Amino acid sequence: MQLLLGNEALARGAIDAGLSAAYAYPGTPSTEITEYLIQSHEAARGDLICRWTANEKTALEAAIGASYAGVRAMASMKHVGLNVAADPFVNAAIAGANGGLLIAVADDPSMHSSQNEQDSRLFTDIALMPCIEPADQQEAYLAPSAAFDLSETHSIPVLVRLTTRLCHSRATIETGESRSRNPVRLPGDPRRYILLPAIARKSYERLLERQPSLISASEESPFNRYFEGPDTSLGIIACGLAYTHLMEVLDEPSEHPILKIGQYPLPEALIERMVETCERILVIEEGYPYVEAKLRGIPTRPHPIVHGRLSRHLPRTGELTPESVAEALELPRPAPAKASSTPAPRPPALCPGCPHIDTSKLLKDALAAYPDEGKIFSDIGCYTLAALPPYSVIDTCVEMGASITMAKGASQAGLHPVLALIGDSTFTHSGMTGLLDCINEHADVTVVIVDNLTTAMTGGQPSSGNTRLVSICTGLGVDPDHVHVIEPLSVNHETNLALLRREIEHNGPSVVISQRECIQTARRRARRTREEGAEQ
Amino acid sequence: MKRDLILAGVGGQGLLALAAVIGEAARSLGLYVKQAEVHGMAQRGGVVQSHLRYSDLPVHSPLVSTSRVDLVLALEPMEALRYLSYLAPEGVVITNSAPFVNIPEYPDEATVRQELEAIEKGYLVDAVALAKEAGALQAANMVMLGAGSSILALGDEALTTAIRTFFAGKPEAVIETNLTAYRLGAEAVASA
Repeated sequence: MQLLLGNEALARGAIDAGLSAAYAYPGTPSTEITEYLIQSHEAARGDLICRWTANEKTALEAAIGASYAGVRAMASMKHVGLNVAADPFVNAAIAGANGGLLIAVADDPSMHSSQNEQDSRLFTDIALMPCIEPADQQEAYLAPSAAFDLSETHSIPVLVRLTTRLCHSRATIETGESRSRNPVRLPGDPRRYILLPAIARKSYERLLERQPSLISASEESPFNRYFEGPDTSLGIIACGLAYTHLMEVLDEPSEHPILKIGQYPLPEALIERMVETCERILVIEEGYPYVEAKLRGIPTRPHPIVHGRLSRHLPRTGELTPESVAEALELPRPAPAKASSTPAPRPPALCPGCPHIDTSKLLKDALAAYPDEGKIFSDIGCYTLAALPPYSVIDTCVEMGASITMAKGASQAGLHPVLALIGDSTFTHSGMTGLLDCINEHADVTVVIVDNLTTAMTGGQPSSGNTRLVSICTGLGVDPDHVHVIEPLSVNHETNLALLRREIEHNGPSVVISQRECIQTARRRARRTREEGAEQ
Repeated sequence: MKRDLILAGVGGQGLLALAAVIGEAARSLGLYVKQAEVHGMAQRGGVVQSHLRYSDLPVHSPLVSTSRVDLVLALEPMEALRYLSYLAPEGVVITNSAPFVNIPEYPDEATVRQELEAIEKGYLVDAVALAKEAGALQAANMVMLGAGSSILALGDEALTTAIRTFFAGKPEAVIETNLTAYRLGAEAVASA
């Protein structure tokens, strides 16, 4: 028995199911899938290709290529990363899979570390792609094997949907036999990967024709189970992790029929059985009211009554808890003990010694000359914490890469001065193309790249453009006279400030790379060196 | 045998290590374990907590329920107060007494202490002093592990073996420091 995070269980399951190639861009709560793979014996032995990529789109495309070559492949990302990879996601379903293709996506209900709580199951409707949603760590371990089988049998990629609490909770799991990896083997019909309209139309028809067999697969799937119950005044549908909350609050075997859902498209026959026998159905699902909305229909069916998040029997937003599930079932619960009103909120903060602290002070002082006028369009990373006191220096944070392009739009609309603040990893993820636009349009934007030489917020994964940011910027076409590297330290503050002010006044794109290693990775490196020294 | 715990602290205090050691000890005894953690941005000096559940019967939800928690084990006093509504009627609160003040609105320290002292089954442990005595400030989390050990009900052997497993590969001196911290924490509560 091993004690593994849901993410680690999925990764272990993928290796044991014959995974050959895995690609990912880090993002909470998905990061530990790939961390586990990279640290595995299989990767060390060279049996498994495992890479952090520039972004989620390049990750998924590499996985599609590996699947084309016949091996089992996986791309992993957080839910908003799937937006970045939406183009390959939808079109891979049309092209189909050769080697099993698994796309692991971690949704973040309650937005613990994200800007929204979008539900990746909705993407499967656009792509007509099947989805497996494990309820617990054991199912997370079993999901890749099932996903690869489904993928290879039906020639289609499969989404495996996880949610934060499953990703980031550990449980004891039992591992099974491992199976061999696929040899390289070209697709039988290689032209199906050429999505010219004439071919794509046929592929789309084939994808539609495959749907009934995918529904049958769901009906027979071990991830979907129907439990009979004598009291049909209520039937309960519980999807994914929600099933564990349901089991938690039911002290005794349920009087009511229960349908546990863990594989989509929805198992229609099982749902029909519940619809025909029950007077009311309660749908418990993490994320959007996806199943509930489908069951309600428009106009709302009079029978059975469907309840869930839409009907507010469960909260419309945020992750489920045993309490919210118990309340929806009207189960008696002990009153909570008395809470204390003393604790103050303790938001995350930049670490003491963090280079972003010095850059934030620099930006604050540089913009002091333009009260209310200067705007800083920021991006996703630790430096987003510069939104909080004592810095309160950034004005926006919308999505990965948006800093540079939003700054350009705002500048062209008439704002001045306009700065973009972006991390090194976010810059190579999706900032470079925006900078190219700035150059081509001679946009008056000052881009500050906070380069801490790592992808810090997710725990220090390698940064794609490490040590090459100057050549990337000049290569794209920024005037070399307006590309600078500064070191954010308080002793350099006045010099850095003068330089930044000059570049703000420069009419045209300029790049200031504020470069100093993340204090966390620096400390970890120092500790390792110290311990290695002590060993000798 | 069943325990529902909340581990509470601030990012950077070694809460995940504490959770990992308890989880490993429970696993080594053949118990069912579920343990929810906080990863990502919150680890940067923000609120960090872990829900830890183990039992000889299968554990379903990764989250503990309100009014069902046997022990709130806290690395920071204000953080201990944050979870009082989860406590079972017989629930115990064991907390490090040293405040970690990294926010301007940190409440009056005397008020925090009074509230903690008013808890019927509450224990305050000076984990910082004991960790220093053991040899390293970073071992405060293992002091608190020792302080909670009697309520954890996993036995000294499973817990100390789990400490060795967690720090495997580290120099022996690091392991010894953490084992000493554990022992000092256990003694502090036993003599309270």
